[in-house]
Amino acid sequence: MIGKYVSILLLSIVFLALFTSTAFAAESDEISVSLNTVWTMMAAFLVAFMQAGFALLEGGLTRAKNVGNIMMKNLIDFGIASIAFWAIGFAIAFGAGNALFGTSGWFLNVSGDKVDTVFASLSWANIPLMAKWFFQMVFAGVAATIVSGAMAERTKFQAYLIYSAVITGIVYPIVVHWIWGGGWLASLGFQDFAGSTVVHSVGGWAALAGVIIIGPRLGKYGKKGEVNPIPGHSMSMVMLGVFILWLGWFGFNAGSTMGAMDLSFAEIAAVTTLAGAAASITGMLTAWARTGKPDVTLTAGAAIAGLVAITAPSAFVETWAAVTIGSLAGVIYVFAVILLDRLKIDDPVGAIPAHAFLGVIGTLFTGVFASPRLVEAVGVGKAGLVYTGNVDQLAIQLVGVLAVFAFVFPTSIVLFKTIKATVGLRVSPEEEIQGLDIHEHGMWGYPEQFVTQLPPSIAKHYPRARSANSALGMKIYHESEGIVR
Amino acid sequence: MKEIKAIIRHEQLEMVRDSLDQIGVKGITITDVKGAGQQRGFTESYRGATTIIHFRPKLQLTVTVNDDKLEEVVEVIMTNARTGEIGDGKIFISPIEEVIRIRTGERGPDQV
Repeated sequence: MIGKYVSILLLSIVFLALFTSTAFAAESDEISVSLNTVWTMMAAFLVAFMQAGFALLEGGLTRAKNVGNIMMKNLIDFGIASIAFWAIGFAIAFGAGNALFGTSGWFLNVSGDKVDTVFASLSWANIPLMAKWFFQMVFAGVAATIVSGAMAERTKFQAYLIYSAVITGIVYPIVVHWIWGGGWLASLGFQDFAGSTVVHSVGGWAALAGVIIIGPRLGKYGKKGEVNPIPGHSMSMVMLGVFILWLGWFGFNAGSTMGAMDLSFAEIAAVTTLAGAAASITGMLTAWARTGKPDVTLTAGAAIAGLVAITAPSAFVETWAAVTIGSLAGVIYVFAVILLDRLKIDDPVGAIPAHAFLGVIGTLFTGVFASPRLVEAVGVGKAGLVYTGNVDQLAIQLVGVLAVFAFVFPTSIVLFKTIKATVGLRVSPEEEIQGLDIHEHGMWGYPEQFVTQLPPSIAKHYPRARSANSALGMKIYHESEGIVR
Repeated sequence: MKEIKAIIRHEQLEMVRDSLDQIGVKGITITDVKGAGQQRGFTESYRGATTIIHFRPKLQLTVTVNDDKLEEVVEVIMTNARTGEIGDGKIFISPIEEVIRIRTGERGPDQV
């Protein structure tokens, strides 16, 4: 009896398998496009969510009086990046053009049959144009938002709006064209799988230029050269931000396959998380040895640094190399933060060490650790130093990172100097002391902490609700801001 | 009438409050304060740089009592706020001229 059921079951499984396999054969193209698109879009949504991670990380590492301002910058640069990358950025980055920039495909205004000609540089990906644009647009958002944290607590809001439009509309797309858009570095075989150089170092170098021109926050460095820490106001925001970024990075790196069919995304995700994990451990140990404590924000930053470092090599290296790269990244990050403070370069969130320095170092590591197996699978450049024993690929990587620095850093210096000379780059000292929230946006990020809860006109109707009276509110405000009136 | 102003550790508050409650003291005011004393400040370490925080957070407990109750209340605060380590705080006693209950407008020692 049971044997009968089993044979019927087996028979139906065989039929089902036969039926579905014929169906697959007929529809395999469509199904691969669908799967590739679903994966790319899911990854893109994760990358978009990284904006939340950056907002929390930067908000937590700055003071309560500036929290609305920094979160606002993170929001609006994503808005600007989306529009700029739709209008001109995508065309400059991926449109057909010359070796330096694209000149076609403005406003995504391309008829269906011409998509693979105009955007030939992305024709390798078996997904619709909108999926390609969406995925690349969220990357532009990440490049832009790196700068807000480095220049936090002193940059004029207006200045930041101008910067965001220029970086996402012009500067970032040009670098993308060089490396991913069929430009001159792509022709050389430069390896940057998901953007250690393209995305992170662009944001990082722009941040360095901005911080040099705007100068340190008031009181950060004493007259005798001492470093006064200005602690961020919320470690819970910082850590939540790091977790969100870490998750988003799986979209950032593993999604850069823009396809799911060859299954390489799983390996890329594994490599990515190993580097982040290793960096968090070595960063913590380095901070512990250097400062005597397992510093919370240095460890958080080290994890990010490891993820930045693995971004370029993520599709090119084996797991052991990822752990090596991440381990070194964590150590380098902590020393870089301390070095920048020595140089009086005030970067409240450590964006320059994480994104610029580790972006460059991660890209160079690709030329060291890229394995022949994976290089063949990706089809870009050659294997790295440890396999070939020669520096061919490493030299190309070096040319790439130097070229991007030589373009982005001076351009950003000019951009920030121009902004400084026109609308102004920095808020007044009074505004900086009292907070950008109240001066730039007319409100407090945490109003109850700073001002009375109820205006007198309302309070007089609700006598029992007067407990948080204005005198107490204002006293706390003045104390927390160190203002005596 | 006397005002007893005691600077105490946060962690001793519940013991002090409970024991004051047991001897019938109803009116207690506490304020978050920061200050410096023999205990000095503490070192804070953040992103590889350190700084001295000169003012430590403490609680200021204010109790107003009639003169006959003074020593008993002081004794209770002292016993319960004491850990024996530096940083237990201080008690300040000063005279009060007048006490007025806002709701009724009544005045005098009975309102303490």
